Amino acid sequence: MPDPSELYPRLSQAFSRKVFVAFVTGGDPSLADTRRYVRELADAGAGLVEIGVPFSDPTAEGPVIQDASMRALAAGTRLADLFDLVEQLRREDGLTIPLALMTYLNPVHHYGYGTFFTRAEQVGVDALIVPDLPYEEHGEVAELARAHHVALISMIAPTSADRVQMIARDAVGFIYLVSSLGVTGERAQITTDIGALVSQIRGVTDVPVAVGFGVSTPEQAAAMAQVADGVIIGSAIVRLIERDGSDADQAIQAFTRSIVAAIQA
Amino acid sequence: MVSSGASRGRFGPFGGQYIPETLMSELIRLEAAYHEAMADPSFVAELDGLLRDYAGRPSLLYHAANMTADLGGAQVYLKREDLNHTGAHKINNVLGQCLLARRMGKTRVIAETGAGQHGVATATAAALFGMECEIFMGEEDTKRQALNVYRMQLLGATVHPVTSGTATLKDAVNETLREWTRRVADTHYVLGSVMGPHPFPTIVRDFQAVIGRESRVQILEKTGKLPAAVLACVGGGSNAIGIFHEFIPDESVALIGCEAAGLGVDTPRTAATIATGTLGVFHGMKSYFCQDGDGQIAPVYSISAGLDYPGIGPEHAFLHDTGRATYVPVTDAEAVDAFEYLARTEGIICAIESAHAIAHARQIVPTLSPDESVIVCLSGRGDKDVAAIARYRGLDMVEE
Repeated sequence: MPDPSELYPRLSQAFSRKVFVAFVTGGDPSLADTRRYVRELADAGAGLVEIGVPFSDPTAEGPVIQDASMRALAAGTRLADLFDLVEQLRREDGLTIPLALMTYLNPVHHYGYGTFFTRAEQVGVDALIVPDLPYEEHGEVAELARAHHVALISMIAPTSADRVQMIARDAVGFIYLVSSLGVTGERAQITTDIGALVSQIRGVTDVPVAVGFGVSTPEQAAAMAQVADGVIIGSAIVRLIERDGSDADQAIQAFTRSIVAAIQA
Repeated sequence: MVSSGASRGRFGPFGGQYIPETLMSELIRLEAAYHEAMADPSFVAELDGLLRDYAGRPSLLYHAANMTADLGGAQVYLKREDLNHTGAHKINNVLGQCLLARRMGKTRVIAETGAGQHGVATATAAALFGMECEIFMGEEDTKRQALNVYRMQLLGATVHPVTSGTATLKDAVNETLREWTRRVADTHYVLGSVMGPHPFPTIVRDFQAVIGRESRVQILEKTGKLPAAVLACVGGGSNAIGIFHEFIPDESVALIGCEAAGLGVDTPRTAATIATGTLGVFHGMKSYFCQDGDGQIAPVYSISAGLDYPGIGPEHAFLHDTGRATYVPVTDAEAVDAFEYLARTEGIICAIESAHAIAHARQIVPTLSPDESVIVCLSGRGDKDVAAIARYRGLDMVEE
C-alpha cells in the first residue's frame, strides 16, 4: 500500500496535530463571502475546511444547513462555481490547508464522475464527503477518486456496530465519525461513547478520526479532541453567517480561535 | 486498496442503497427480518388473514359494462383496490410492513404521505397493532387533503406538516428520513411506495404483488384468457408494480404506467418522470428523476398529491429501459375528465391518481377488439378529491 502522505499530502500534513475541521456552505450568502470566510477560517487556525455544495434536498442536514443550502441556491450557486472558488483560493490566495467538498451524490453524478474528479484534482480539492454514499456504494466513484488523489471519506456512525472494522479497513484521508443519531445541528449533549468507537477504529487503521454532528462549543470540542484527531463543526459557523450575512468575519474568526484553543490546549 | 462494497438490491443499474451510514445497519436488519418472516408460515398466515378479514381481500375485478359499451373496443375490467379498507391499495403494504415492524420489536412507526392515503393506512395499522404513529405530510398537501389529515388524527396519529422545500411529497420523504436517522432503535419507517433504498422497493413490491396475483386468476376465470393490457397510475409506482408483477412473464400482456403530466410534459409544471426525467441518485436509489441541469431535484407539479413526486421506483426504471413496460403522460385536464367520466358512466368516484389510468384506458380501449380485455387498476377511491375537483371546476366549495 502506498504511503498516504504521498497520495493525500495536504491531509497528512494537517493531521500531524489536532485539527479543527470547519464547514461552510458554498455560496452562502455569496461566493465572494465564502472565499473570504475560508481564508479567515484558515488564518484563525482551522486545519481543514469543508465546503458544502448546496443541494435542493439535503436529507442528512438539520434546519441550519438546510436553510444555508437554500440561500446559496437562491443566490445561483452551482457546483462549477465552487470548483472555480477552490481554484482562486489555491492560485490567487495561496491557501495551503486541505479543502474538502461535502455534497450529496446527485450533483456529482449529474456533473459526470470523470469530469468531477478531473476538475477536483486540477483545482486542488483534497477530499470528498458524500453523506448518501455508504460503504456498499463506494464502488460508484472509489477508483476515480483514488486515481485523482481525492480522498473519498468514509463515515462511521453510532449505529455502525459490526460494520466499523469493514469501513475503517478501507478508509483513506480521515474518517468522519458521526457523533450522534440524526441530522447535522448543534446538540446540548453528545451521549455516544466516542472514545470506545475511536478505540475500535484504532484497532484496524491509523487513518485519523474527526468527530462531527452536534459539536458546537469549545467544551464539547475539547472533549472530542481528547479522544479523536479532529473536530468537525458546521452548523455553529453557518448560524453565524445566517445571523451576520456578509459581515460574519469577526464572529467567525473569534469562534474559530476559541475552538482551536480548546482542542489544541 | 480500493474501497468498493457490494451494492445490493439492483434492478439492472437501478436501485441500490444511497443512504447515510446511520441507517445502514437498520436496512440490513430489515432485509434479514423480512426474508426470515416471509419464510415463516405463521407470519404469512397472519398477513393473509389480515388481508382477508381486515382489509377485505380479494378485491373485486369488476367488468365495467357501461364503459366498455361506450368506448366500443376491448372489455374493460376495473381492479377495485378502492374497495379495500381505508380506500386504497396502500393498506396491502402497510399491513405487511407493520406486522414486520412488530416482529422486529418496533413500537413506533413513521411514514411520509402525499395524498394522505398511505398516511391513513399507516395510522390505521398502527391503531390496530397498538403502535405509536407519526406522519409527515407536505404543508401544501395538508391543505389539498385536509380530510385525510383529520382521518389520521382520528386514528391516533400525529401529523407533522412539512414546510421545507416545495412542501409536497418529496419533502415529506426528506423529513421522514431525517426523523428515522434521529430515532431508529424503536422506530420503523413504513415507506409507502416501491422506492427508497433497498430493501424497500422489493418489500413494497412483494406486499403489493397480491393485486396482480388476484387479477390474473380473476381475468382468467372471467374471460378464459390473459388481458391485452394492464394499466395503472405511477407516482413512485406501488400499485403499478403490484398489478404488473404477476404479468411480467406473460409477454403478450402490455404493461402501461400512467404518469402525472400536470399541465403538460412540455411545461415545467409536470411530474412525469419517465417523460421528462434523467438518471440520478436520490432518496436512497438510483433511478430517473425530474431535475435541473445541475442535478438539483425539480419542484414537480400535478393536481394529484399522490403522483406529485419527482422520481419513480427503480424497478419501473428498469421495466422502462428493457421495454417490458411503457409509461405514458396524462395531464391534469385528462385526469379530471376521466374522474368525472367514470363517476357518470359507472357510478364510481375514483381517486384522481387512478383517474390518470382511466384517462389512458379511454384512449386505447377503442383501438382494441371486443374479444380482448384490459384491466385498469383502480388504486383508490375519490372521496378525498371531491373538494379539489370542485375547485378545479371553479366551484367555491367550503369543506367545514
